[in-house]
Amino acid sequence: MNNAIAVASVVIKELYRRKDFYVLFVLTAVITLLMGSLNFFNDDKVVRYLKEICLLLIWISMLAIAVGTSARQIPAERENRTIFPLLAKPITRGQLIAGKFLGCWLACGLALMMFYGFFGVISVSREHQWAVASYLEAFWLHWWMLAVVVAMTLLGSVVFAAPSSNATICLVVIVGILLLGRHLNKVALQMTEPMSTVVYSVYFAIPHLELFDVRSLIVHNWAPINLLVCSGATLYAAGYATFFLVATWMVFRHRPLA
Amino acid sequence: MPAPSLILSLLLVFCFGLATWLQPWHEGWAGGRAQSGDFLDVVMGDSRQLFANHFFVKADMYFHSGYYPSIFDQTTGGTPHITAAKDEPDGAEQGPEHESDETGGFLGPPRDWIDRFGRNFYPSHHTHLDAPGESREILPWLRISADLDPHRVETYTVAAYWLRQHLNRVDEAEQFLRAGWRANPDSYEILFELGRVFDENRHDTSRARNVWELALRKWRERSARDGKQNEFMLEQILTRLAQLEELEGNWDKAVSYLQDLKGVSPNPAAIQLQIEELKQKE
Repeated sequence: MNNAIAVASVVIKELYRRKDFYVLFVLTAVITLLMGSLNFFNDDKVVRYLKEICLLLIWISMLAIAVGTSARQIPAERENRTIFPLLAKPITRGQLIAGKFLGCWLACGLALMMFYGFFGVISVSREHQWAVASYLEAFWLHWWMLAVVVAMTLLGSVVFAAPSSNATICLVVIVGILLLGRHLNKVALQMTEPMSTVVYSVYFAIPHLELFDVRSLIVHNWAPINLLVCSGATLYAAGYATFFLVATWMVFRHRPLA
Repeated sequence: MPAPSLILSLLLVFCFGLATWLQPWHEGWAGGRAQSGDFLDVVMGDSRQLFANHFFVKADMYFHSGYYPSIFDQTTGGTPHITAAKDEPDGAEQGPEHESDETGGFLGPPRDWIDRFGRNFYPSHHTHLDAPGESREILPWLRISADLDPHRVETYTVAAYWLRQHLNRVDEAEQFLRAGWRANPDSYEILFELGRVFDENRHDTSRARNVWELALRKWRERSARDGKQNEFMLEQILTRLAQLEELEGNWDKAVSYLQDLKGVSPNPAAIQLQIEELKQKE
């Protein structure tokens, strides 16, 4: 476990040394503040549109950070040949995968904390109410969704040849799930066999990342989600993240490094 | 083999000649947007109408606090509620999508465990922005919709209704309607709504009458020019004018409007009764 934590700490240091997070954070802040300065019918209490825009930018930024960071971890180690001294130490390939995952996920958590902190400040300054429970749940679910994304991208990084192709394919799949995942069952019902069964199977097989997207509830001030439901979603994400990590390890352990 | 510099010079001359020939053609091309003074028009062209419609629907989505059918859901169709509310008495609601329980509305009963579980993570109950002042949240989208498509009359009338009726922002409603009128000088719908501002909020009956009379004239002009227009709107204009003249004691005019109204009303017997009552007052 110590080996994995040591690898993870290097990944976290990499995130705050790179410019990606700072650029995306500043961009999110500038666009949100610009949108917040707009005047609609001389009413300064209009806030939901601003929350929606800010959350959308946070989701886009975090997907870019999570996929970008995870996709380059293993290929960069191989390209720089630092993977050889790393694995020459008493560290197994499984520990390396676990460390990389932990590092990326914790780094995403730190970045997410900053983003949600900014969102909270913007929301409170305009709305004058602090829905702590809802915001914490949104943060928690978002972070666990990123666990699945990071694990999926790590699997892609040992399957696909280049980080760019891996990042592109992962982003397409993730955005596809976020947009269509919830509706695949309805689409399947309107199809004829055997396509209906195929689409329904895909519906049950894919990780439903859209479950973790509670932006509508936050934007429109709905009550916090039941904690049991939230725990269920956490287990669901943990299950898929574990599945992808085990798959990554199984592919990576027999892969030649040279 | 000619020198490369010569080939380059020839190509340059050819490109320059082609540009001088294409530029006047492009300026005069009917599909060009270069003459438009509006930046959005140049950049987006006719796709503005598409986005304007999207943002109008977005306003309706906000009115339902995010509870809204996607393109994959079986929708019941019909008028958006933000529009329907404008033409209905307060509190009147209709349609199967108003069911508030889990099995009703467009979602229907959950199809599987993922569907059932997933409904905890997005709005799955029908609500409206009923709290005082809450309806302001729909305004940004209506404003953006109007900016994108200034000829979408419904955006102005709906926004004005919510501004004056629910947010007590009569000045803003009037300004927005006037902006809509400038963009759509032939719109009887905007004139009718403007008349309501003068009558119901400003209590200025003479200006309300002028605007409604103009709305009636526009309705008739457009009917003569473009064919049959919205008869429900004609009914509303005539009803308001008849009520106004009756209040002012102008019985002849009131009867005249009621006679016209009888021709389009779904209940002509009731209108006839009103006419007879007014004739007795004369």
